[in-house]
Amino acid sequence: MTQSATGRPTEQKDDSQGSTGDEASLIFGSCALPIFEHKQIVLGHGSGGRLTADLIEKVFLPAFANPVLNKLDDQAVVEINGARLAFTTDSFVVTPIFFPGGDIGRLAVNGTVNDLAMSGARPLYLAAAFILEEGLLSDELQRVVESMRDAAQQAGVALVTGDTKVVNRGKGDKVFITTTGVGVIDGNVEISANRARPGDKILLSGYVGDHGMAIMSQRENLEFDGAIESDCAPLNELVNAMLDVTKHSDDCPVHVLRDPTRGGVATTLNEIAARSSVGMVLDETAIQVRETVQGACELLGLDPLYVANEGKLIAVVNPSVADAVLSRMREHRLGKHASMIGEVVADRPGMVRMKTAVGGTRILDVMFGEQLPRIC
Amino acid sequence: MKYVDEYRDGKLAANVAQEIRRIQTKPWVIMEVCGGQTHSIVKHGIDYLLPEGIELVHGPGCPVCVTPLEMIDKAHAIARRPDVIFCSFGDMLRVPGSDGDLFTIKSQGGDVRIVYSPLDCLKIARANPDKQVVFFAIGFETTAPANAMLVYSAKQQGAKNVSVLVSHVLVPPAIAAILGSPQNRVQAFLGPGHVCAVMGYSEYEPLSRQFHVPIVITGFEPLDLLQGILIAVQQLESGRAEVENQYSRVLDRGGNKSAQELVFSVFQIGDRKWRGVGMIPASGYHLRPEFAEHDGELRFEVAQIDTRESEICISGEILKGNKKPHDCPAFGKQCDPQHPLGATMVSAEGACAAYYTYGRHLKPEPDELKLTSISSAGAA
Repeated sequence: MTQSATGRPTEQKDDSQGSTGDEASLIFGSCALPIFEHKQIVLGHGSGGRLTADLIEKVFLPAFANPVLNKLDDQAVVEINGARLAFTTDSFVVTPIFFPGGDIGRLAVNGTVNDLAMSGARPLYLAAAFILEEGLLSDELQRVVESMRDAAQQAGVALVTGDTKVVNRGKGDKVFITTTGVGVIDGNVEISANRARPGDKILLSGYVGDHGMAIMSQRENLEFDGAIESDCAPLNELVNAMLDVTKHSDDCPVHVLRDPTRGGVATTLNEIAARSSVGMVLDETAIQVRETVQGACELLGLDPLYVANEGKLIAVVNPSVADAVLSRMREHRLGKHASMIGEVVADRPGMVRMKTAVGGTRILDVMFGEQLPRIC
Repeated sequence: MKYVDEYRDGKLAANVAQEIRRIQTKPWVIMEVCGGQTHSIVKHGIDYLLPEGIELVHGPGCPVCVTPLEMIDKAHAIARRPDVIFCSFGDMLRVPGSDGDLFTIKSQGGDVRIVYSPLDCLKIARANPDKQVVFFAIGFETTAPANAMLVYSAKQQGAKNVSVLVSHVLVPPAIAAILGSPQNRVQAFLGPGHVCAVMGYSEYEPLSRQFHVPIVITGFEPLDLLQGILIAVQQLESGRAEVENQYSRVLDRGGNKSAQELVFSVFQIGDRKWRGVGMIPASGYHLRPEFAEHDGELRFEVAQIDTRESEICISGEILKGNKKPHDCPAFGKQCDPQHPLGATMVSAEGACAAYYTYGRHLKPEPDELKLTSISSAGAA
């Protein structure tokens, strides 16, 4: 569930919006380094929430700032000799390494494929680096590798280079995998978290929270009626189908694509709203949660909107193509349960609001750190 | 989802809200006692469905919030010990003591574990016979049976390496303290459904009579809360003051007798200090002397801890229903869940943290949401 902290987007909130995030500004090139107040790294720094954003803003960005990185998308898009390449990397550390609906190998391939696909790129090549813990069963490694092979085949990518290191027993957790990928962006495709515009419709490709709750139910030995399976899947084919609808339009009407992994749908939408300086209004009844996932979340006091997904995408699209894109999504097996969950608005930039099922109003903020099970 | 969706039905909610609006003629201040209710109210935006004259104030019923800072520091001192596996409910981990939180202690090498059931500690103790397993037994009457079961089983099984750090508090003395305060504004209570599922509600009857205040034992789903508010307003408007049970699908007047027997075989009532409120007589549980060998406070010598609370923080006034999070100059500024200044911000169910989590620091009252354009294309 926890992946690398780098390469993940974050946000910068404008003080004038009344935001209460840390006010340390992100002035690239100025010599004052932002203050990172934690003396030690805590688990929340890998949660994908506000603490992760803090780490990126105050430690990584000041060191590496450049125009490509500063866009803070899930992938970098670079131009080489007129060709646009999407380029990304992601580390995978998950306990247990095998879980219902997937395993660390499948996750490592699909995670990077999806980060590429979210720029509209055709993923082509992957590299994989393995950190193995002394004592790992060879059979387990074999299963992980075979699963990666199958996932790569399914996604249509080739694993073309790699590396292996072994660390002492106790210095790792069975296996850590880092995958790096490149893909090519074709034609008019222009997708970035800063392209959401007022009036755009927000589409979600299916049920939320499956992956996070599958991992949690395994990790904590929680037994629910009806196992919860991870939704881990490569999304590039679904993205192709969506872009096929709009390939003859000018100005790429699919404005934003994001896979709501760590931090879940709520955190991802907040990032898009902040990056595009727009507001969002959601309809809670349009966001679908499986009964088992909902039940597990109720039991633990967790909010499915903040739980990780590994095979879902959020699309922000021009209203003129929204219905066409949505119906094409529903024709694809990974988008069968897609729905239109809300729209982009001009007011309250950076704020995501939701009309609740009972008719009240709720503001969805960025998750702070890890979601914690509640006492009662 | 069954037993959930029925209680989140938008049409029914609108009907109940309409009925509240119809019968209400005067302004009323109603306090929901339990942190779980506060969380649900803010999460579903229930207060926005109510007419202007109905003010909800948020009570002291978040056990994590009211655990005194000294006790948290004590817990942290024990958790730092290399011979200890420190077990806790999840939401206690982020509560800062005078020096960091349990997450920090974990990052520094402390063995801190989240458990879902206190009984998990017995398994951990069996698997780690050379370690001391300490459980942070906090909560209201709701968690008392499970915590008591851990202590009872540890004694039965001779699990000598299991102890508990007890900081248990009780709801009725807190209600009495609020009603007895000269500044009290609260005119009716939504009583704590989960607490009463264990204890029943007969002990609220003398309170209701003595202070002539309606107490409606209420559940946690949106429709539960709206119905609880409706019953309270009906009583207020007609001048009645009784204990009524909205949550009858879960509890009755007597509560769960076997749970109560277990609780009183392990715990006895004594004074407790409440964070933000102060000492309330006979307001908590302590271990009975026959379970002293499982008392973490006795097992680990923890030096006298001096603590200082923030001077700006108004959590005491919020817990008593006299003020709301927005009345605090530090709310959402110097004070947020990352840097809580006091009781009501430290746990998700504290009023300030609930307001913050659901974005109310960004804007106090959300404007009308216009969603008509997407309603037709909603769920598949």
